[in-house]
Amino acid sequence: MLNYSLRRLAWAFPTLLLLITVAFFMIRVAPGGPFDSEKNLPPEIQQNLNAKYHLDEPLVQQYFRYLGQILRFDFGPSFQYRDWTVNQLIARGFPVSLSIGALAMLLSFTLGVGIGTMAALRQNNVLDHGLMGFAMLGISIPNFVIAPLLILVISVYWGWLPSGGWEWNWRNMVLPVITLAMPITAYIARLMRGSMIEVLHSDFIRTARAKGLSEFTVIRRHAMKPALLPVISFMGPALAGLITGSVVIEKIFAIPGIGSFFVQGAMNRDYTLVMGVVIFYGALIILFNFLVDLIYAWLNPRIHYK
Amino acid sequence: MRKFGYKTRSMAVTGKKLLEVEQLEVVFETRDGEVKAVNKLDFSMQSGETLAIVGESGSGKSQTALAIMKLLAANGEARGAARFYGRNLLEMTATEINEVRGEHIAMIFQDPTSSLNPYMTIEEQMLEVLMRHRKMSRKDARLRVLEMLTQVDIPDPQRRIRQYPHEYSGGMQQRVLIAMGLLCQPELLIADEPTTALDVTVQDQIKRLMRELKEKFNTSILLITHDLGVVAGLADKVLVMYAGQLVESAPVDEIFYRPRHPYTAALLKAVPRLDQVGDYDMHPIPGNPPNLLNLPKGCPFRNRCEMAFDACKQMPQVREVVPGHRLRCFLDGDALK
Repeated sequence: MLNYSLRRLAWAFPTLLLLITVAFFMIRVAPGGPFDSEKNLPPEIQQNLNAKYHLDEPLVQQYFRYLGQILRFDFGPSFQYRDWTVNQLIARGFPVSLSIGALAMLLSFTLGVGIGTMAALRQNNVLDHGLMGFAMLGISIPNFVIAPLLILVISVYWGWLPSGGWEWNWRNMVLPVITLAMPITAYIARLMRGSMIEVLHSDFIRTARAKGLSEFTVIRRHAMKPALLPVISFMGPALAGLITGSVVIEKIFAIPGIGSFFVQGAMNRDYTLVMGVVIFYGALIILFNFLVDLIYAWLNPRIHYK
Repeated sequence: MRKFGYKTRSMAVTGKKLLEVEQLEVVFETRDGEVKAVNKLDFSMQSGETLAIVGESGSGKSQTALAIMKLLAANGEARGAARFYGRNLLEMTATEINEVRGEHIAMIFQDPTSSLNPYMTIEEQMLEVLMRHRKMSRKDARLRVLEMLTQVDIPDPQRRIRQYPHEYSGGMQQRVLIAMGLLCQPELLIADEPTTALDVTVQDQIKRLMRELKEKFNTSILLITHDLGVVAGLADKVLVMYAGQLVESAPVDEIFYRPRHPYTAALLKAVPRLDQVGDYDMHPIPGNPPNLLNLPKGCPFRNRCEMAFDACKQMPQVREVVPGHRLRCFLDGDALK
């Protein structure tokens, strides 16, 4: 187990290096530069700026310079937010993004598992079809449609919750969390329904029933764990989905999280900021996937990592 | 006393039959129409008796067992009656049948590997039976489980009890399931093809074990099988099924030495025998069992029967040829000799 963990962590380095390399050159290929939106910069100043940020060096040299920085955990200064380093921006935005993301993750897991189980137990009846139809909607409507709709109805018509902005207050979290959680809840619900139905047809469930256990006990003690396994392994991709979603949602709800910095950074060609967010989230996803695999092995006695 | 209201061990005194199955029908609603897996089946078992239900795949023998336990698939329905000490199991509510299952009637299944929960230790799976029915403490239940595992020859149970099913061999898994079934000393053990999924050598161990335990615990066994070898060693009575119906039922010696139905005779002949040296031929039964969706009129075995004649276009009724020997055939079996 320890051996496996160390090897997995060791593999994280080449993965990250690949991610950094691809991201670094891709963003440089994109037309434009970080100072293009400034008005009428005299060429001397432009040159000075480029020199200050080492943009006048050959690209490969810049790349290795950047790698050296990252080894010291220094993502460099932001091009756009003067006086801020990328490290500071991430440190400022992450608590906000994390709280929304973690809440959305928690909500979609509990709700998705609950809905999926309920639908499986009422397979093919009205409740099942209703819930699954709803889940299909949740998957197919993109979050940039759901968010404005929720704002329109709940904030504008009814005036129950703020339409955006950020304070450390539950009222500001409700709509973003719901929007973010919706597609993942729907996906988990469908996944859970399918795996629960499959598990309930297996022989060991029949054995459990033959023991005289109540239906509730059969499901809680015997069916829940195996039915959860596919959901657990979906949690890795779910995090990636959450992060992607948060980019859109933080923009729509004007939330100062990492996602909105990322969008700003990408539009301004704020090379260091974009790179910083990509690497940070990349590392987060790698770490999370590793944890998910450990949990999976812990739940499934037939899996032994060597 | 237990909720079900039986004073278990005095049951034999009341004179009520252990199990009485009357006009049992199992019907499945399928996309292609209604399938009658079991058709008007009657049989009964006395306390301490072992009855083997024998037949090919699809003869309805397993569905009979599942119907008694109320474990039919969701699209299946059981009609008629299955009385256990006088109470109709088929009419019981979920709560009532759960008092019977595991405590008074236990069941073991064909494939031991998939019948044990791969995500739970053997200990957890066995303890829950006693904690459910006997309200035993974990500690007491554990002692009983260890004792039971010793009875079924699981070596080093103290250690093995903490393992998961995949750490057991197939034969050991089936022994665990048998031990699990016998934990509450049920009056009836239903064994649905208990040896089919096992290696031949292991089959023999399980057979011997079941015979031993049957004597030790005086448990009645309803044995579902297509393996006549298992029947010979274990059963008191045999019921042969074909296409969902009873074709013959009699004490085990009668079936083996004086079969009266052509189908029973053909089954016996189809068993390969090791003691016949030389140019021994296989004697399979030609043809296939009829399609249950579309049963032909008359005797369902007629198309495969060597002795079929005109009358067989009508369905023969079950009759008692000699006391204790029931037969669904126009012939009385004398011609078979």
